[in-house]
Amino acid sequence: MAAPLSDEAPLLVAEGLSRLYGARIGCTDVDLEVYPGEVLAVVGESGSGKSTLLSLLSTELAPTSGRVLYRMDNGLRDLSALSEAERRLLLRTQWGFVRQNAEQGLRMAVSAGGNVGERLMAVGWRNYGDIRAEATSWLDRVEIAADRIDDDPRAFSGGMRQRLQIARNLVTRPRLVFMDEPTGGLDVSVQARLLDLIRSLVSDLGAAVIIVTHDLAVARLLSHRIMVMRHGRVIEAGLTDQVLDDPQEPYTQLLVASVLAA
Amino acid sequence: MTVMPAITYNFAYLDEQTKRMIRRAILKAIAIPGYQVPFASREMPMPYGWGTGGVQVTAAILGADDVLKVIDQGSDDTTNAVAIRGFFKATAGVATTTRTQEATVIQTRHRIPETALTAGQVLVYQVPIPEPLRFLEPRETETRKLHGLADYGLMHVKLYEDISRHGHIATTYAYPVAVAGRYVMDPSPIPKFDNPKMDDCPALQLFGAGREQRIYAIPPHTRVVSLDFEDHPFEVQRFDKPCALCGAQDVYLDEVILDDRGGRMFVCSDTDHCESRRADGHVGPLGAPPPGKGKP
Repeated sequence: MAAPLSDEAPLLVAEGLSRLYGARIGCTDVDLEVYPGEVLAVVGESGSGKSTLLSLLSTELAPTSGRVLYRMDNGLRDLSALSEAERRLLLRTQWGFVRQNAEQGLRMAVSAGGNVGERLMAVGWRNYGDIRAEATSWLDRVEIAADRIDDDPRAFSGGMRQRLQIARNLVTRPRLVFMDEPTGGLDVSVQARLLDLIRSLVSDLGAAVIIVTHDLAVARLLSHRIMVMRHGRVIEAGLTDQVLDDPQEPYTQLLVASVLAA
Repeated sequence: MTVMPAITYNFAYLDEQTKRMIRRAILKAIAIPGYQVPFASREMPMPYGWGTGGVQVTAAILGADDVLKVIDQGSDDTTNAVAIRGFFKATAGVATTTRTQEATVIQTRHRIPETALTAGQVLVYQVPIPEPLRFLEPRETETRKLHGLADYGLMHVKLYEDISRHGHIATTYAYPVAVAGRYVMDPSPIPKFDNPKMDDCPALQLFGAGREQRIYAIPPHTRVVSLDFEDHPFEVQRFDKPCALCGAQDVYLDEVILDDRGGRMFVCSDTDHCESRRADGHVGPLGAPPPGKGKP
């Protein structure tokens, strides 16, 4: 039943995904499909269930009901049925996870080169020179000077840490990258450069991205499609331009209207 | 006037049920080379850090006809070695020796004897921290998972950091090894000089960590490989001078300060090896010739 790999088949599929925290709803009844090379933005205010959804999709949380399917070499697989070893292999080879707080996504006591090289060593690279060369080239791609390769991330600014985190995740050329507010807490000019970098790297690699953000400008700049969440439900979804230019739901209209014009 | 009753210990101090429990852990450890088996470590009449794990393993395997040797940093006559040897002499009444060839059980802290071990001997290591991933990953639940999945990329991150900071792998002791192609193991703080001796060793090697409550093992003739990179292969320390007393080359040397004007000499850390070589007539640059020959 292995489906042929084509760009028409979805990479990740969620069906009726729900997560309850006791009686409270984390997110409920979410269906989505992500296609190879596509950027999907999930927007909504704090507490709308965006981060819960991202944790469910990336198997960090187990769903209360529903399931997540991922297209592997042998067709769509239910992620809850993967063994722990398969899941971890997936996490460090085909997936990436860029976190809002770089300290959670980096090893702060390990040098920049070691941070980028960790995934390579985890998949069996055993030549120091090769690892170093690959790390150097990735630092260059995320605009970190080569002479900072042996500094640890504690000596880096917030923007640099975030770029290092991106290099660390993209070094194995993942097919799917999760991003949780990657530009949160950065000042506006740094945000703009980071977004530019993410956009070009993602299109170079052809990776699919699911990005969670509360910032509609980030969604507009990066994403092809958008999902608006409120109270744990998806209330509106569609092409980014269409949804942001012509919002149908009153809540989406409110969100769009509340963006300050520069 | 009352007479205090003489204290009588069970053979080798521990009670028989405790020894059975430890033996079960040892058997499991031998069955899964390099795997850390939890065991119910007991309070011993010595502080943690003085070899409580090694002592419990020795107590569990010791028989009445065993000959025990105890070394501390290669030496038979330092406090730790003398105390533990005396402990088993008093509680088990076993014969003790300082000769590596004569011993059937050798308890060691931080060294493997220079004399090659033979089949039938057991080397018992005292281990302070059994988990090789500990300083990279503080969560025990996570390190166990990493061992279970043989997910050892992290170990190479440490070696990578060494090379990037120092230009070479600067870890000189407790150098991580892969045992029988499966588990990565901390060989206890032996110098990496001794790592090659663990590979294909005819003797049984047992590791006891008392405070951390773990026992692990390398069965005889097991493949033990020190981790490295293709372009930065594993290397042992080299000494440019021989032992000052016995002239031995290719042994691990200790530095001994001779005076307060910078005088120093390097001598065998394995005292038994040094003494037997001198008895055989070998003399180093600072060694006195054997009695009866040379100087009056």
